[in-house]
Amino acid sequence: MVAVQSRLDRLVRPTFGRHLLFALGAAVVLLLLSSQIGAYDDYNLTAVAIFAVAAAGLNLLTGLNGQLSLGHGALMAIGAYTASLLLKDHHQFPVIVVLLAAVLSTGVIGIGFGYAAARLRGPYLAGATLTLAVAIPQVATRYKSIFGGESGLTVAPSSPPDWLGADFPPERWLAWIAFAAAIVTMVLLANLLRGAPGRAFKAVRDNEAAAALAGINVARTQVLAFVVSAACAGLAGALLAYWTGVTAPAGFTLALSLQLITAIVIGGLGSLAGAVWGSLVLVFVPLLTSGMASRLSLPSSVADNLPLAIYGCILVIAMLVAPHGIQGALRRILAYGRARWGNTPGGGQKGVVDWDDPAPDT
Amino acid sequence: MKSVMGGNALRIRAIAIVCLAGLLAACGTSGDNSSGTNTASAPGITATTITIGSTQPLTGRAAPGYSEISPSSNAYFNYVNDHGGINGRKITYYYYDDGYNPTNTASLTRKLILEDKVFAMFSALGTPTHLAVVDYINSQKVPDLFVSSGCNCWNDVSNHPYTFGWQPDYTIEGKILGQYIQKSLGGKKVGYFYQNDEFGTDGVKGLDAQLGASSVPDASRQNYVPTNTNIGPQIAALKASGAEVVVSFSIPAFTALALLGAAKLGYHPIWVVSNVGSDVTTLTGLLKNFSKGAVGGALLGGMVTDAYLPLTGDSANPWISLFKGIHDKYVSNLPWDGNVLYGMAQAYTFVQAMKAAGRNPTRASFVKALETTKLSGGPGLAPLGFSSSNHLGFLGVQIYTIAADGTQTTTGPVYTSSDSGPISQYSGSASTPPANGIP
Repeated sequence: MVAVQSRLDRLVRPTFGRHLLFALGAAVVLLLLSSQIGAYDDYNLTAVAIFAVAAAGLNLLTGLNGQLSLGHGALMAIGAYTASLLLKDHHQFPVIVVLLAAVLSTGVIGIGFGYAAARLRGPYLAGATLTLAVAIPQVATRYKSIFGGESGLTVAPSSPPDWLGADFPPERWLAWIAFAAAIVTMVLLANLLRGAPGRAFKAVRDNEAAAALAGINVARTQVLAFVVSAACAGLAGALLAYWTGVTAPAGFTLALSLQLITAIVIGGLGSLAGAVWGSLVLVFVPLLTSGMASRLSLPSSVADNLPLAIYGCILVIAMLVAPHGIQGALRRILAYGRARWGNTPGGGQKGVVDWDDPAPDT
Repeated sequence: MKSVMGGNALRIRAIAIVCLAGLLAACGTSGDNSSGTNTASAPGITATTITIGSTQPLTGRAAPGYSEISPSSNAYFNYVNDHGGINGRKITYYYYDDGYNPTNTASLTRKLILEDKVFAMFSALGTPTHLAVVDYINSQKVPDLFVSSGCNCWNDVSNHPYTFGWQPDYTIEGKILGQYIQKSLGGKKVGYFYQNDEFGTDGVKGLDAQLGASSVPDASRQNYVPTNTNIGPQIAALKASGAEVVVSFSIPAFTALALLGAAKLGYHPIWVVSNVGSDVTTLTGLLKNFSKGAVGGALLGGMVTDAYLPLTGDSANPWISLFKGIHDKYVSNLPWDGNVLYGMAQAYTFVQAMKAAGRNPTRASFVKALETTKLSGGPGLAPLGFSSSNHLGFLGVQIYTIAADGTQTTTGPVYTSSDSGPISQYSGSASTPPANGIP
């Protein structure tokens, strides 16, 4: 028994092994789940996975490194346009090539912008990233012959491989691609955050002077955070291009950037799981509210705007009830349970809950 | 958003109507299709219902005016339902708000096809939005009827055999507006103000084909993108270019912005506006709203535009009195305007097409029927031109002018054309609605 325990420890204790095991579990669950549900649910889960990738990247930047970005929607646009340009005129590229190209192109732009961002703080950084969100869609309309203007570029769907059978729904195939991308992203990010770079991100966020005194290159750390975050947004953008079937400026307005911020705040700042919760809210709550509005027979001027109003109310209530986001609330419940019924791992004092910081960073 | 039907009284009435319709059909005269029993012949068609769906800008920048279209179609469907439905089947119409954002259109269209299991898409609005889903809809072999956009991209029979347009395409409109300028405003300097997408550029293509591309210099060709409401620079450039006639291919919000921007600069050209951006009621509301009540519809005086449906103010027209009556009974909360007429006329064409397809159509047989049956066009000024090689609907428009008090007056005959063909005068007479208002 002890031997088994120690062997299990050896497998699970190393961070990478634990993350890998977790990823494997998630993959199995998602595979089983996606085969049980209908094509439309697969399609919605794909959106969750896509937003989770982008939100995880943004959460690394904002939640863990303290840099606020209003431009992540535009970075997604760069990824989406990279994918769409590759697939333009019925060019055939394997999905993996398209996704990697999007990660690369957005990462490169992230380096450039990261250098500028590292010099800016707080509202100035927000302002600078805001220019991205406003300017990038305009580039697409200005250079119409390349980017297709307002109507954008259409993207051919990635068809399932033959060995899955002719009847395999393309929605499920896309869901698998998005799940795989999300899981790989999460594992890589989790490892990054558990290691030295993750600690540096947090140190810089909490106190730049102290971090610099401790030997951390503040600017380089900030640029790294921006690049990694941008690469995630690029990957999500490319997946979104497949998901939507078209890449058009109207799909990448400032609203998209704000949605991503909503996702990480609602889900829980600074945690990867929070990004997933937030994405679930982002995708499923609007579906729910539009359903609610349609069941009431109201004049159209009210009914048309009701889904947005209900969505807004849900966000306000969520922030009041769970100011640390969903992940923060879950941790708080868990911490309360442990404090109440014993078994406090990590040397915490029994019976004491740190209410101010119930959500230690992961 | 869905039509809500409920209550026992309604159900009993519905059953009564179904029985009555059955009786009528049994002793009917219209031949082979109207007898027999209803079966669930296709997805979205049951023995008692037909479900169709749409994506519409109910909120956001394209919503003013256009958000009235789908409730108006639904009003006509409710009217048909209350009068026995189509072969005894009631129409259920789902329409969802995509906010004119293609990402939303993509997901809502899948919701309609995969979850709501609609028989057909109907009246989905917008060029950039519908371009996002037209491949998907055709890959699913779902009839995609009467896209609410005049882009000629819907007339692509080989790639999109299930997609049909409805209104005249913008190139045809541009040509006929250009012809009017040549004939009635000849010698004046012309400028363009257009939306920087297929809508605007297709319109300019038609104008150039008629007026000659070299007759309008680059300085007089100004465009806008719908995400940027600051159009002051473009209007100033048009003024500087000395254009005396400005042709505007713009959605209502931008027609209103252009008119206000020009008035602010003391610039008063003759405005020639595409049909989709010229609805008097919508524009009057927008002008009042944007100027905080300072100016209203008077700014529209002298505007030239075109129509392919009768004018909403033409109360002597039997189509107008039919649709106005349905409007007053079913959607009186909406203003009676061109958008309401548009939605009802589209719904009328849909019912026509459904009837033409027989009692138990499949998706494929429905499309086939639309290509082979000569539909009258209902309220349209010219007939519908659907065939196996043409998926554009109306090919004819008539010029009309708007006076400062909002009165609309048609001028000249109805002209028909195609993207590349010549303009010809339409000589047929207008059709009249059937007695009960149902095709």
